[in-house]
Amino acid sequence: MINFEYTRASTVKSATEARIKHKTSQFIAGGTNLVDLMKKGVTAPERLIDINTLPLKDVRSDATGVSIGALVPNSVAAEHELIQSKYPLLAMALNAGASAQLRNMATVGGNMMQRTRCPYFYDITMPCNKRNPGSGCGALEGYNRMHALFGASDQCIAVHPSDMCVALAALNAAVHVSSGTKERKIPFADFHRLPGDTPELDNNLQTGELITAVHLPVNNFNKAYYLKIRDRLSYAFALVSVAISLEVKNGIIQSAGIAMGGVAHKPWRLHEVEKFLTGKSLSKELFTEAAAIAMNGAKTYQHNAFKIKLGKAAIIEALTKATS
Amino acid sequence: MQADSTLYIYFPAPGKKCNLETHTSTMHTEEQNNSQQESRRNFIKKSTALAALAAASPIIVKAAENDEKIASYFEKIPLMLEINGKPYSLSIEPRTTLLDLLREQIGLTGTKKGCDHGQCGCCTVHVDGRRINSCLSLAVTNHGKKITTIEGLANGDKLHPMQEAFMKHDGFQCGYCTPGQIMSAIGCIREGHANSPEDIREYMSGNICRCGAYPNIVDAIFEVKNGGQAV
Repeated sequence: MINFEYTRASTVKSATEARIKHKTSQFIAGGTNLVDLMKKGVTAPERLIDINTLPLKDVRSDATGVSIGALVPNSVAAEHELIQSKYPLLAMALNAGASAQLRNMATVGGNMMQRTRCPYFYDITMPCNKRNPGSGCGALEGYNRMHALFGASDQCIAVHPSDMCVALAALNAAVHVSSGTKERKIPFADFHRLPGDTPELDNNLQTGELITAVHLPVNNFNKAYYLKIRDRLSYAFALVSVAISLEVKNGIIQSAGIAMGGVAHKPWRLHEVEKFLTGKSLSKELFTEAAAIAMNGAKTYQHNAFKIKLGKAAIIEALTKATS
Repeated sequence: MQADSTLYIYFPAPGKKCNLETHTSTMHTEEQNNSQQESRRNFIKKSTALAALAAASPIIVKAAENDEKIASYFEKIPLMLEINGKPYSLSIEPRTTLLDLLREQIGLTGTKKGCDHGQCGCCTVHVDGRRINSCLSLAVTNHGKKITTIEGLANGDKLHPMQEAFMKHDGFQCGYCTPGQIMSAIGCIREGHANSPEDIREYMSGNICRCGAYPNIVDAIFEVKNGGQAV
């Protein structure tokens, strides 16, 4: 690992000031992705700004919903009474990610900031527009079994690796960020980006902005399920995943929040499917139709066409499990 | 360590320009002064070896004109930790992982390095009672924390119940993953996720055993859990 300068920030303001002052600096919290990327030479910040002692570790509830501090570990969020009782979808998604050790280290803010696990991004001998803009995309005509079905560009076909973020997308979360002097809320759908011509940018944070919390609004969902399909039963990234939130009354879907993971550069919200399901009675046929709608417009590459069939089956199973 | 103001510790990456501004550290304890002097001595020792490099690198030559600045090339960061109940006052490079600190600097080689990328679980230790992968944790981010390694489990000659159970059930073959398995197994019970063999398999999935001792590992953990002993 290449040496770096190290700063320990004691306030959000001092952290963001240091970040702006030093162009190639990065914040470090749990470090589970960043340290790995630094060991592999994918990234080499000249300065790390340690934010672990900032007071962003609370889970709070008020009339608008629940806020989770950016430095709350994934395991603490997953086991928290407020999350388990009010947002079980999020708890399920968190527990589907990584391993117990990594969930104890990784923070909620860091989870949003993790980079893709595209092997061409990780292998510094390979071309990758995300790691080295203009060098090309190794995955486009390479081994692209894990890659995107939706929203990709000819610059990048990588997918976002998070499970937590798929649930946050389905739950209409908002990301609270601070520049030290100014705070703003970013709707979850607008937080991560599609690759377009700038795949090096994963999200819409401005330089110096720090995630302080994620806010989950009050909702009427009474059915939830997170289904993750992967190459082994545990501790692997998703081939596809499905987050389902439904409000069901007397067998009729009143409202829905549905998103998929493993299929796009960001958590992939299924607005068309939500619209289609709303007002309809639960049935196997309904779920099959919904699954077909979900895969409309999917674009496959040499090795990932199987994800269409897998994605449809995953949606049917997730809807079935959520409502049974 | 100061709690009320940002602490800047100067540690430039090799080949990067020196920046005097950040060198004005707000934390000048006697200990740090000593460590800086130590660093300067090290620099003088190492400077012979560096001569060839310096001749080739204009940045290093420039820095060498001012020994105050280049001395900080070798500056280490003070770090206080409690490891297995014993306080340590250390001095480390910021890039040192907790795993490398334990093995290379403290000499606690019970914690193993497997993949070094958080994928195998060999390096599992407890930080403030929670299991983590020490290979992905920068030691410096653990300032003031309590670390427990496999060496810290036994009480004198009396092994920890989990160690006993792994021996009884043959929860290993080559033994390389075992320290990580045992540390993780204790975490698994403490976290309340050892209620069934299925539960144990899911919450132990961060620990890989190349020899495939999984059934015996699950038996060992399930027995300790059902035995009700404190872990």
